[in-house]
Amino acid sequence: MTLSILHRMTGVAMSLGFAVLVYWLVTISVWPAGYEKFGELMSTWAGQGMLIGWSFAFFLHFANGLRHLVWDTGRGFETRQTIASAWFVIVVAVIATAGFWAVLL
Amino acid sequence: MNVTATLRAVFGLGDAAGGTDHWWGQRVTAAILAVLGIWFVGSLTTLSSFAHADVAAFIAAPLNSILLSLLCVTLAYHSHLGVQVVIDDYVHAPKLNRASIIASRIFHLLLAVVAAYALLGVGPGV
Repeated sequence: MTLSILHRMTGVAMSLGFAVLVYWLVTISVWPAGYEKFGELMSTWAGQGMLIGWSFAFFLHFANGLRHLVWDTGRGFETRQTIASAWFVIVVAVIATAGFWAVLL
Repeated sequence: MNVTATLRAVFGLGDAAGGTDHWWGQRVTAAILAVLGIWFVGSLTTLSSFAHADVAAFIAAPLNSILLSLLCVTLAYHSHLGVQVVIDDYVHAPKLNRASIIASRIFHLLLAVVAAYALLGVGPGV
């Protein structure tokens, strides 16, 4: 139940993040000075917080999205299974986010 | 006597011969994005650095340009479908609902076009 609203919230957050991603691609492609500015902005505490948030949103939405695709095949609907898969999604998202930043930094 | 329904009476009520496009579109783009998303996140971790030259070289490589373009276009579509569901759930006034969905559609179309411009406008010798 909690994951249902989190799936939606992370989705909307990434829709906004998508606009930022496109902005980033534009600066890489045609505006190097803007790229440096963007890098400085993302190095601040607020910037780092947003990047960590978006990476967590990605992994949570990804893992829970796979859960939904499995449900679409008609499997995993027993209460016991939905609770287990929910915890699995949360654990995967947390570990993947931590791992991603451990490798990146 | 006119027995035809006016367009304004039926607009937005859907038709009986369809309705699964949204559901299928969301699932198909989800499956594509699961693959491309992991590829993109993985690529970020293998970049030699985030210096402009390194990142520019990464997105200019032919396969990366194509996959990133595919990612952005698919993402624009998937994001639009998701935002549409959110709008339908929370914006009930019919006119505002339609206006919001059209605005979201234009916004996502713009993102897809700008991303394609950024990605396909660069390359060797440009």
